[in-house]
Amino acid sequence: MERILELLIVWPFLAFFISLFLPKENEKLISGFTFGVVGVHFFTILGLLIYWITLGFPVLNLKEFSIYESADMDFFIDFYFDHVTAVYSLIGAMLTFLVTTYSRIYLHRESGYKRFFYTILFFYAGYTLAVFAGNLETLFIGWEILGLTSFLLVAFYRERYLPVKNAFKVFSIYRIGDVGIILAMWASHHLWHENITFAKIQNYELVHHHLEAHSVFGLFISIMLLTAACAKSAQFPFSSWLPRAMEGPTPSSAIFYGSLSVHLGLFLLIRTMPFWEHQLIARILIGSVGIFTAAIGASIGRVQSSVKSQIAYASVAQIGLMFLEVALGFKNFALFHFAGNAFLRTYQLLVSPSAVSYLIREQFYHFVPKHEHIETHFSKKLEYTLFLLSIKEYNMDDLLDRFLWKPFKKLGNLLRFINIKNVYYITIPTFIAGVLIHLTRFSLPPFLVEILPEIFALIGLMLVFRAYSGRWNVFVVWTLLLMNHFWVVLAISFNEHLTFYEIFFHLAGVIPSGILGYFILWKMTKLEPGVDLNKFQGHVFEHPKMAALFLLACLGVAGFPITSTFVGEDILFSHIAYDQVFLAFYLALGFVISGIALIRMYARIFLGPHVKRYHAIAQRSS
Amino acid sequence: MNYTTNIFKVDNVLHHLKHYLPAQASLKDFIHHNTLHAFQDRKFYDALTQSSKIFGYKTSLSLKEYRDLYYEGKISESIILKAIGEKKGSELPEVWFDKMLNGAYKDTFAGRRSHLRNNWKDLYSVDLDLAIQPFLFRFLCSYLDQGIAIWSFPVWNKGFLTTIREMERNTFISFFKTPRAKQMLMDRKCEISDLLAILVGDETLYEHYLFDQQFAHPGWSGFVSVVEDMPQTLLDTRRISLQDFIIFELLLEIDTLDQKFGENWLPLAKRIKGHVEPLFAPVPITEYREVLHLWQDAYEWTFYDQVLGGILENPEKENNLEKSGFQAMFCIDDRICSLRRYIEEIEPTAQTYGTPGFFGVAFYYKPMNGKFSMKVCPAPMNPPYLIKEELDNKKNKKDFHFADYTHSLFFGWLITHTIGFWSAIRLFINIFTPRLSPATTLSFRHMDKHSRLTIENSDPQLKEDGLQLGFTITEMADRVEGLLKSIGLVKDFAPIVYAVGHGASSVNNTHYAGYDCGACSGRPGSVNARVICYMANHPEVRQILRSRGLDIPSKTMFLGALHDTTRDEIEFYDDNFADVAQTELHKHNKKVFMQALDMNARERARRFVTTSKRHDLKNLHEAVKKRSVSLFEPRPELNHATNSLCIVGRRALTKKLFLDRRAFLNSYDYSIDPEGNYLFTILSAAAPVCGGINLEYYFSRVDNLKLGAGTKLPHNVMGLIGVANGIDGDLRPGLPNQMVELHDPLRLLTIVEHKENVILKTIQRTPQLYEWFINEWVHLVCIDPETKAMSKFVDGAFYPYSPEYIPETKADLTNYFKTETGNLPVYLLKS
Repeated sequence: MERILELLIVWPFLAFFISLFLPKENEKLISGFTFGVVGVHFFTILGLLIYWITLGFPVLNLKEFSIYESADMDFFIDFYFDHVTAVYSLIGAMLTFLVTTYSRIYLHRESGYKRFFYTILFFYAGYTLAVFAGNLETLFIGWEILGLTSFLLVAFYRERYLPVKNAFKVFSIYRIGDVGIILAMWASHHLWHENITFAKIQNYELVHHHLEAHSVFGLFISIMLLTAACAKSAQFPFSSWLPRAMEGPTPSSAIFYGSLSVHLGLFLLIRTMPFWEHQLIARILIGSVGIFTAAIGASIGRVQSSVKSQIAYASVAQIGLMFLEVALGFKNFALFHFAGNAFLRTYQLLVSPSAVSYLIREQFYHFVPKHEHIETHFSKKLEYTLFLLSIKEYNMDDLLDRFLWKPFKKLGNLLRFINIKNVYYITIPTFIAGVLIHLTRFSLPPFLVEILPEIFALIGLMLVFRAYSGRWNVFVVWTLLLMNHFWVVLAISFNEHLTFYEIFFHLAGVIPSGILGYFILWKMTKLEPGVDLNKFQGHVFEHPKMAALFLLACLGVAGFPITSTFVGEDILFSHIAYDQVFLAFYLALGFVISGIALIRMYARIFLGPHVKRYHAIAQRSS
Repeated sequence: MNYTTNIFKVDNVLHHLKHYLPAQASLKDFIHHNTLHAFQDRKFYDALTQSSKIFGYKTSLSLKEYRDLYYEGKISESIILKAIGEKKGSELPEVWFDKMLNGAYKDTFAGRRSHLRNNWKDLYSVDLDLAIQPFLFRFLCSYLDQGIAIWSFPVWNKGFLTTIREMERNTFISFFKTPRAKQMLMDRKCEISDLLAILVGDETLYEHYLFDQQFAHPGWSGFVSVVEDMPQTLLDTRRISLQDFIIFELLLEIDTLDQKFGENWLPLAKRIKGHVEPLFAPVPITEYREVLHLWQDAYEWTFYDQVLGGILENPEKENNLEKSGFQAMFCIDDRICSLRRYIEEIEPTAQTYGTPGFFGVAFYYKPMNGKFSMKVCPAPMNPPYLIKEELDNKKNKKDFHFADYTHSLFFGWLITHTIGFWSAIRLFINIFTPRLSPATTLSFRHMDKHSRLTIENSDPQLKEDGLQLGFTITEMADRVEGLLKSIGLVKDFAPIVYAVGHGASSVNNTHYAGYDCGACSGRPGSVNARVICYMANHPEVRQILRSRGLDIPSKTMFLGALHDTTRDEIEFYDDNFADVAQTELHKHNKKVFMQALDMNARERARRFVTTSKRHDLKNLHEAVKKRSVSLFEPRPELNHATNSLCIVGRRALTKKLFLDRRAFLNSYDYSIDPEGNYLFTILSAAAPVCGGINLEYYFSRVDNLKLGAGTKLPHNVMGLIGVANGIDGDLRPGLPNQMVELHDPLRLLTIVEHKENVILKTIQRTPQLYEWFINEWVHLVCIDPETKAMSKFVDGAFYPYSPEYIPETKADLTNYFKTETGNLPVYLLKS
């Protein structure tokens, strides 16, 4: 059974790589291939589950292999199989199978037919990895793939403004969730002194023992996990991304935002439940977020006048209830709820275009004209207020904007003195000074040595903010984002001894990606005068290959799990002591914001309405 | 047009705006119309040039697309030279030909619109659209919503701005973030000109500014304008005006700017340096445009020439009328022309006729238990008649997936745990074995086969909803006479005359109404077919008709039917004959229809790439039917795609021609209409209906992104009134890509069989009708009924035309149907 499980996880990845090489024009081959691959996967899981049931539901934990191993850390891939995995994998396989079958004809003649199917396959690979993951690190790989594929599918109609804008929004919020996971990984590292597996935290004694000594730390981890779960499952205050993600072809919306992707936050909570279920505060927090989201989600859902946003908010509200259910300890109940909700919303989204004829018929035969009724001034006032608030989605977007994105931008603006003329003069000497100090081991006062890591990390972070807020020359932004990795390495090397191998591991992904990206930017500025970050330029229309390569470069620099940098980030974090919360926070924030800034670079240069107007271009508002 | 108006008059500007905004009603009333209706007072090519320059539309194929067509052999060289000769006269044709093929021109589709308002972004770094549109659209959609939201809009029947004031007065929060805009709204000091004075500050720019603003979201603005003029497009009516909507948007703009800059910011005009080109300043015709127009001419006439050549070669053979087995009247719809061909092929004694599918009976129809009545005649008509359906028990099947309670918190909770799992099974079933469900729009559901209709009016005082219930005997006789005379069926009646309306069936199709009969306001034609037959069978009506010289033998029966163009199925109404011979005859005819429908389905299937052609006839038909109930099939049928002809004349003109389902066929006999009276009625309907369909397809095809609705795959239903992409998008009027991708953007060629002078006099009877022809929005060719000489209408006169094309003769096209998916040339069919 173990071998089959491994095969099940590798299978979609393999299929994804093969699908990249299928001929673009051959719709039958592309969709037939995907259909076959997902079909086989589905039926294998089905068979496996039956076999697993006959075995009496054994819980399996497979430690696969270590990607990186050193004295004090071991980054390994681990798989875990229990009834939660069983439910999530079965429903995932079934819905993916149904939706790919559905899409075979639905997407006929659509430009981007192949892109759709390989993105679905990649998504499915990430999903499978996440639900089979046996530790946070493995789960995080799958999680990141989901984030990226979500971005790609929301921006499936990449030549229009709104899909690209909303895809970027979704990606940004997912990235916030990533801060949660990164910090949770870091903290649990210190809590357990190892990369803990989900199998181990089932051990109540062990968990209890560790938590007793570090209860605040335990709570910190729980809150980070909850943040990640909220972002992924569109809970308060992140709910508004979900309806806006409905920009791709309807089946992709159905599978992603109706069913699978959006329930993954819940999955994270269920997975880590043994860890937080003994922390009362954590349970109260999870339950309150759930019930609060359920309440406002339902109220927003009630006023929605478009079919898809109505389904989205109905789903958000139900997921809120699931959060409440797990907080109350009804894990299996929540699983059941998940399954029902996933099926219902998928089907509702798939038949959503039928709503017009169906509901108009209903209206035609059952219409009751409204009558004015007299109400008290106060109740009227309350009604209008609630209605308006619901229409405005409880200002959740403003909230995020005011407390999250605006401060980031303001921070960046404070650093205005760093401008395109002096950016290199200021940063490069400081950096060299830092390196020199490190190499020559100047005898600095101890308090200074102690805060140097924070200082350097902060400088790196500030430059990221500057890159994020300024819309300058593409080369400067690229360099600043790239440099962040160097600042971080410098900062950490003051903290603890970093071996050359560790540094190499981290930068091995960054440097080639950085060079590749720089080269593409250089090439693009040569080909297309006026490439900048001021607005979407849609150059993918003429340069799809460059766009693909640039996306790869961005992912490499962002530490996406395609290079060793992904592990390198974890290595760096392992060198941050448990009392250096600020340092950890700077690093995490730096990675997250630079990830957002990188994807924005990609989006601005290559996606959106094409700047060249020799072909038909959609209205910006469409 | 006076483009230098200096003094801003709000009414004029609003009128002007409304004229240019898209005029598409809500989805249930989807009626095709000329997308560029506002430009119809100009010549077609001038309209293309101007609208492209003003609004940035792509109004024709691109140069590359034309050149590719030429290299593929779809545009003929000799026709190109002819077109050059006609347009350029004495100039050397080679020079223009070379320009067309090799000229280095750059396509640009960037309009003047938005130039003025873009300055907010350029000079003030404010993205007003980003800040305002999402909320504005959502609020407006809630206001107009027809039944998606569970909690419907709390203020009712007060008008848009009054509603906003009412809510603003009674709420703990506010629409606005700053005091000034709120104050202006509440103090009613918010005339458009007041607000523009703050925002723009230069009267000469006001109109330009409003166009910029409203055309940033033409879908919603256009819909507001439609609801203002035609409130009945919403069953649950709403009061709204474009003026109110603009005021609200302007207030929100002031609010946004105040929030950013405080109340002290300079109006736009004060900061703009340099001259803003007026929106409607004259547009020069460049050589590039001329080249495009030459290409379009050549593209069109390459096809027209084939058709005219075909008609010229077509051996005119009238049937032996006295022996005709049956006669059948169909809609003029282009989708029907192949079915008629098959019926005539299978039953050579059958005669078919084409007439607009409401069969000359215009009325409102109220089905059993219906709370409203619907128009079932061409959209511009407003008939004072109502016909009701009566039935003992009529039920509509429900589908819980659309029910409100699935979205509520606690019921939703219950449901996801329980019948949520039923969805999984439903999904499996629907994907692997598609079948009819309550979500399907089924044409036969329009009227129950077993129902009774209140057709005959017993008392003209009897009224419902202000409409006369049914028709009086004289009214009936008038309609029957009008119909039969207009199609030339005045003698030699067969024992059975069918009147076959048409409708369509589909699922997951927001544009379902556009698939039904256009002459019935986007509804199936079953009621009309049944009604006209009732009238024609009425003994008293026959008596009146006889007195008017139209003698229908008492043995002749009229029989209504509905043809489903998607499923290629037919349903007959009231087909219980007292006469045994007639029953037998009908039985036989039914078989003819069935076989013809099978063959029709096969011909249609040739364009369905995803349908395998290896099936035998019956199974292929089943596969075609399956498309109409498949959730995942965005092309249940191809609707009017490739339409490009409208032929008004005797069936003999086209009987043996293979026109590839591209022609609207209107039967007409010149010999009984020497004055052109019936012709006038026919053309008055055909030009706007067929021309409207044709031009909507044309523009949606050439610029699917701005003038069409884009691909339908990401569409989201807004308030049951329209579709948008995602949830924050503008409404998308026009046709989705899946409907038009196969369409060749050719204007409609109207071919009329009559004398030149009669035709000329007829089309000149009203300016509205003449405009279509004189401004070249549709082409017109006259065929002399006696000499068969052809002449084409150019600039108000007819000029002789002799086609070059000589059609091939084919005995059987079945093999082409298996292999060819593109357009087929005009063939002569061997009988």
